[in-house]
Order: sequence, then C-alpha cells, then structure tokens
Amino acid sequence: MALWKSVPFACILLPLFGAAVCSVLPRRAARAWAMGLIAAVAGLSCFFLAKMTAFDAAYPYRMGHYDAPIGNMLRAGPLEAVLGVLFSLLTLVCALGGGSRIREDLTEGRQGLYHTLLLLMTAALMAQVYTDDLFTAYVFVEIMTIAGCGLIAVRSGPGRSLVAAVRYMIMNLIGSALFLLGIILLYDLTGHLLMSSIHEALQAPAGAGNFDIPLTVVVALLCAGLAAKSALFPFHAWVPDAYATATPASAALLASLVSKSYIVVLLKVLFRVIGPAYIEASGVDNILFLFGVVGMLAGSVVAIRVPDVKRMVAWSSVAQIGYIYMALGLMTGAGAAAAVFHIIAHAAAKSVLFLSVDKLCEASEGHEFIGKLRGAGYRSPLAGAAFTVGALSLVGIPLLGGFTTKLNLARAVLDLGGAHAWAGLICLTLSTLLNVLYMLRTVLVLWSHPDRAPEAPQSSRAGGALAVSLGALMAANFLIFFFAQPLMDVINRGFALFS
Amino acid sequence: MTFEHIPEIAAVILFGVGFTLLLIDRNLIKKIIGFSMTDSGMYLYLAAKGYVAGRKAPIVENGVTDAAAYINPVPAGLVLTGIVVSVACTAVMLALTVRLYKRYRTLNIDEIANLARKEDG
Repeated sequence: MALWKSVPFACILLPLFGAAVCSVLPRRAARAWAMGLIAAVAGLSCFFLAKMTAFDAAYPYRMGHYDAPIGNMLRAGPLEAVLGVLFSLLTLVCALGGGSRIREDLTEGRQGLYHTLLLLMTAALMAQVYTDDLFTAYVFVEIMTIAGCGLIAVRSGPGRSLVAAVRYMIMNLIGSALFLLGIILLYDLTGHLLMSSIHEALQAPAGAGNFDIPLTVVVALLCAGLAAKSALFPFHAWVPDAYATATPASAALLASLVSKSYIVVLLKVLFRVIGPAYIEASGVDNILFLFGVVGMLAGSVVAIRVPDVKRMVAWSSVAQIGYIYMALGLMTGAGAAAAVFHIIAHAAAKSVLFLSVDKLCEASEGHEFIGKLRGAGYRSPLAGAAFTVGALSLVGIPLLGGFTTKLNLARAVLDLGGAHAWAGLICLTLSTLLNVLYMLRTVLVLWSHPDRAPEAPQSSRAGGALAVSLGALMAANFLIFFFAQPLMDVINRGFALFS
Repeated sequence: MTFEHIPEIAAVILFGVGFTLLLIDRNLIKKIIGFSMTDSGMYLYLAAKGYVAGRKAPIVENGVTDAAAYINPVPAGLVLTGIVVSVACTAVMLALTVRLYKRYRTLNIDEIANLARKEDG
C-alpha cells in the first residue's frame, strides 16, 4: 500500500499523542507545539486531498492490519478528504486569529491546557471524518464533547460561561445516551460495528425487510442523539450563552466545526450505515426536514429580537444548523451534497463573524449592544470589513460563498418536488429575508457615522495574527463562490464513493 | 415468563429511571447520578446481549480454542471502553458542579442560571 494512504491515520494520531505531550509543556512551548502540529495536520490534509482527487476512489484502511471485529478500520474518499482539509485549516486559522484574546481571557496556567484541548479537538474532528467504525465514532464524539466543554468553561471570568458549559454538557450527555443506545441496538440487530458490514447485514436476505420496527427505533435514536449534540432547534438552549461568553477562538470553533462534526457522523449513519431506502421507509427523514425548517425560521426570528451582537450571531448559527438538517432531510444525493457545501460555506462565514465581532466590541469600549457599535467599522476597519463580508455571505449575496450554498439548497429542494419543494422554498425565502433584516441592520450600524466624535480617537487596529486570519477567511468566502463548481464536483464525486 | 431476560429488564428500568432524572431533575448532582444510571443500564444491556448461557469468559483455558466454548468478547470490550468514557464525562460534570457550587452556593440549575444572569446585570 502506498505510503500516502496512511495520511488519515497520521492526521488522527499526530494530534492525539501531541495532546498528551502538550499537557506537560510550559505555556509558550505548548502554543508553538499545538499550532505546529495543527499546521502539520492541515498540510497533510491538503496533500491528501490533492492525491485523492487524482486517485478518484475510496479505500478502506486497516489499522494494524487486523480485520474486523478485532481490528479497527478507517475509510477515506474524496468527500472525507475535503472535510479533513476544511476542519484542519479552520482550526488553524481560528486558533491563530483568537490567539491574542486567548492570552487576555485565560489565566497563565490555563493557556497550555487550552492548546491541549485544541489538539484533542483536532484529533476528534479527524477521527469522526475518517472512521468507519460506529463505536470509534462514539468514543471520538465523546472526546469532542469534553474538549468542547473545556473550550467553553476554560474562561474564568463570567459565571454565565460556567452555566453555559453545564447546560452544554447536560444536552450533550442526553444526546450521547441516545446515540449510544442506538449503536447498541444496531449491534444487537446486526452483530457488526463496522459501518460497511452493518450495511451488508441489513441488505442480506435474512436482514432485508425483517427488522423494520427495530430499525426505525434505531434510526430515530441515532438521529435524535446527533441532532441534540449538534444543537438543532429544540436542543439549542446552551448555544447563545456559550458562544457569547466563550473566548472568540472557542466561539468560532464551536460554531463552525464542533457542531458540524456531529453532522458528518450523521451523514455516515444516514447514507453509509442504514442507507436511504430504510431511512425513507422509516419516515425519520421527514422529521429531520421539519425540524430543520422550523429551526431556520425560529433561529432567525429570535436573532432579530436580540439586542446583543454576539448573541445575535449565535442565534443565526441555530438557523444555519436548520438549513443543513433541511438539506439532509431530503435524503437525496443532491440534498446531501448541498448540506456538505453548506457546512463548508457556513464554517467560513461564521468563523469570520465570531473573530471580527469581538474586535468590533473591543473597539467600542467593550459594549456588546448593537446600538453601541455605531461607527465601529471606522475604529477597526479590518474587523468591520471582515464582519461585512461574513454577514453578506450569510445573507447570500452573489460573489460570496453563501450565495452558492443557498442556490444549491434551492436546487436540491426543487429536484425533489412536491410538498418538500413548497415548504423548503418558502422557508428558505423567509429565512433569507429575516437574515437580511438582522445582518444588514448590524452592518449599517457599523458603518454609520457616530453621533458625537469620541473625545480621544480610539482606533483599535487588529493585531498581526488576527489580521492574517481575518484576511484568509475573507478570501475563503470569495474563493468558495469562484471555485464553487470544482468544489461541488469533488463533493459529488466523493458522495458517489461515500457509501 | 422466562428468567433469562431479567438482566435486560433491569437494564431497561435503570435506563428509564436514569434518563428521567437526567432530563427532569433540576438538581445537578441528581442529574449526574441519573447520567451514571443511564449508562449503567446500557452497559448491562450490552453485557447481557453478549452472554451465552453455559459458556465461559473468553480467556483460553486448558488449551480449548474452540470459539463455541466462550461468550462473545466484543460487548465486554465495548462496555469497558464505555465505562472509561462515562467516568470521564462524570468527572467533568462533577468538576463543573463544584465550581458552580462554590460560586453560587446552590445546586439547582435554574437558581444558578438566575443568579448568573443577575450577576451580569
């Protein structure tokens, strides 16, 4: 086997062992070590994507050359490679951009631990992307949960971040209990934990059509568990406080990556493990669609009413998760590809919003109310520009990634036709209009002239690292639009090889 | 009525009681207890499913290598891994609870949330 095929394995193992080392390093060394390792993973992922597009096939990878059930398998294809690049690069950029705030927000002793958590999170992200084993997926989902809890609670200042962390943990424990129960029942039904083996067992004559009721329960449990973990609409109670009180790097990572990684696992469950035929027979897809649509509207409606800019961005995340679930609920290839594209476009837009909004608040004497941000764009031009790009992308203005993803969603909905098309299109339009209301209102406030000149002209220029990461993320938002077709081709090809 | 399903029945009861506590009770410590019970119930169910009456634990003894002499080893491995995961989650939850109790002197999650909101003004 060619050596480059071991890249997914290395992407999981490097940060996992790196985290163990990182926990004993002093503060500065820990940061350098963690950033170096994440950069290495990002580099490897890019190399792997290049190789995979040329290779154009999916392959299983046996760790330690043992077969299941003793051995544990990975599976890599173009789709996994794209997600690997997205997750590793964004982790790097967010950690880079939030670096100065990490130093301000956290006590010295905790900064090293924060980077340990970052490495654990990277390992969990990579493992969830590449694993082909349901139980391994569960273990890394839990590692992700604990790392995410650390990312929220690590800030010692406000009590609300602790409350948010506890709420986050409770919701995630409920989710993982349901998810684990689903896995156990599925193992009980099929006797396998490997995703492809489960699928074969369900297709085999003994399995086909005989387990409709237990399988419906299993699908419902797996979907409910992962939906609770990824903060789909009725399970979102922890989101606004957690994103608003965490340090900006954490908020960007949680909103753009952590909640998405569970969706990647769900994608595997729906399309690789159970298969569309069973899912459609069980009717769970319609429930996902319904909750997605409700989430799209509810998140946006609340975002309009919230006076606090960070909470507003957090509420818009609730709506965006709804978009993804709506696309998944279609249970078509086009829907899944649109969902993956939305994961990418939203990650680029939301991380730039969270990183820039903090700088804008800082430039306005730490006020977080939208009214107090008047003219903040002039005080911190780069952050203002970055917020504008992110906001316009979320609204769906052409030339930005958000436009393409909404177009894809609309196309996927129309392809299916029927009631889905009506409900989907109407809610997509309504949600976009609501997006315009709250996002553009904030952008206008940012660029309107302040009523009175501040006594001392307080300009707050973005630091070097923040400027680099904001610039990179803004560029990414444009690039996703201009290279949408090649990206979509890779996703479609990867999706064909996915199951 | 067969007695062979007693472990599964116990597991379902444990899961039900634990999950209800985790969902409904407002006391953080009781929520953690509920979480432990939920997980224990699931592990009991898994272990019961892996057990085959009359067979031995999968440790080769007296040179018997025939798989038919032993129970399924995979659920035992899963239960062990799962226990490690739930210990870690319980520890994180307990640590958070201790920090919250030191700050607000109550374990009721609603009261804590109210106090935190007042604190921020």
